[in-house]
Amino acid sequence: MNALEAHGLGKRYGQQWALRNCSLEIPAGRVVGLVGPNGAGKTTLLQLTVGLLTPSSGTLEVLGEAPGKRRAALARVGFVAQDAPLYPDFTVGETLTIGSRLNERWDQNWAERRLAGLSIPLEKPVGQLSGGQRAQVALALALGKQPELIVLDEPVARLDPLARREFLQSLLESAVEHGLTVILSSHLISDLERTCDFLILLRDSEVRLAGAIDELVERHRLLIGPRGRSTAGAGIGRAIRESHTDKQSTLLVEAAGPIADPAWESHPVDLEELVLAYLGELTEPSPPVSVIHRAEARA
Amino acid sequence: MIEFYLDRSCGLSPYLQLMQQVRQALRVGLAEPGEQLPTVREVVAKLAINPNTVLKAYRGLEYEGLVEARPGLGTFVVESLVAPPPGTYTRLRRGLRRWLDEAQAAGLDDASIVGFVTSTLRDAAEERVA
Repeated sequence: MNALEAHGLGKRYGQQWALRNCSLEIPAGRVVGLVGPNGAGKTTLLQLTVGLLTPSSGTLEVLGEAPGKRRAALARVGFVAQDAPLYPDFTVGETLTIGSRLNERWDQNWAERRLAGLSIPLEKPVGQLSGGQRAQVALALALGKQPELIVLDEPVARLDPLARREFLQSLLESAVEHGLTVILSSHLISDLERTCDFLILLRDSEVRLAGAIDELVERHRLLIGPRGRSTAGAGIGRAIRESHTDKQSTLLVEAAGPIADPAWESHPVDLEELVLAYLGELTEPSPPVSVIHRAEARA
Repeated sequence: MIEFYLDRSCGLSPYLQLMQQVRQALRVGLAEPGEQLPTVREVVAKLAINPNTVLKAYRGLEYEGLVEARPGLGTFVVESLVAPPPGTYTRLRRGLRRWLDEAQAAGLDDASIVGFVTSTLRDAAEERVA
């Protein structure tokens, strides 16, 4: 079963498309990383997923139904919004009480045990917690309702490295424990590489790349070869990014199998290179001054 | 019980690193037949890595016949990796020295030799997987 299925999904504000032509299938049980520059549509996609926004075009099914339409559907999806907003004057215990009153499938024992395990005192006001602890409370609140899918909008952006690691540990442990599907957005590609097995890359309000990370990495290669050499007929697909010096060309390409032309030296890519190439943000080596340089001519 | 770690700089994908660490533990006797490997949940909770990475490593080890998944119980070591017969290391070292002399004569410095070995190891690992 797919946890999420979108066909031609779009969201428009006035004349401006925040997200368009989005077609996606996310299998259940995946840990999905959502990347893209600010303003690319990440938050829009996440808020559509949890039913906080309604589509302007196309269709979206989350766990087999349109999100946010039925109470029972809402109960199956957990959401941690950007910066994990909580009431600062409420204690941790009171925050859990809100969770128990507002959710039908609430597991109070689990939520209390989880916070005790993290040494977060129930009687402390949320406003007096550290950033990492606050994020953990928000996570416990989202998981306490026992969702099948949890959606997190940049959950670790403001956390220090230790708190970030602890947060991801908690999240993934719960994912295993409950067989959850996880969708999280982040700018930290090294975290995503470690924690995710599925990637969605948004740029300019459109999905540019989506799929299982293993497969995405496998079907791209970094090629280094003599400048001006043709890539035709060598098993080399579309170039995502290219840069040239006076003698050498460096290409990041789609390639399904081995490269037939030995003039191209072929290297595997890692997720970070791949993401940067698709975002068009890889720093180019500075070209020799006398040479016309078409590094920026990427499609 | 084996405790896993991840080395970001070694260039091997995480699941291959986990497999290698189990093999190494078997080789040096840190894990023995009958012993249980950490559960997926334990590994995930410790390393903050994707659960499917751990599953993939355990499946790979199962395929190699080193471990066995017992449904509802966990993954257990079934086979130990015996240390190589005496003299093996000496022989390998002699061969490696010859190769090093050759590489140095060809103009490779230490850093390029290490790089060469690392990339060859990685290619070999990828070929084994493919």
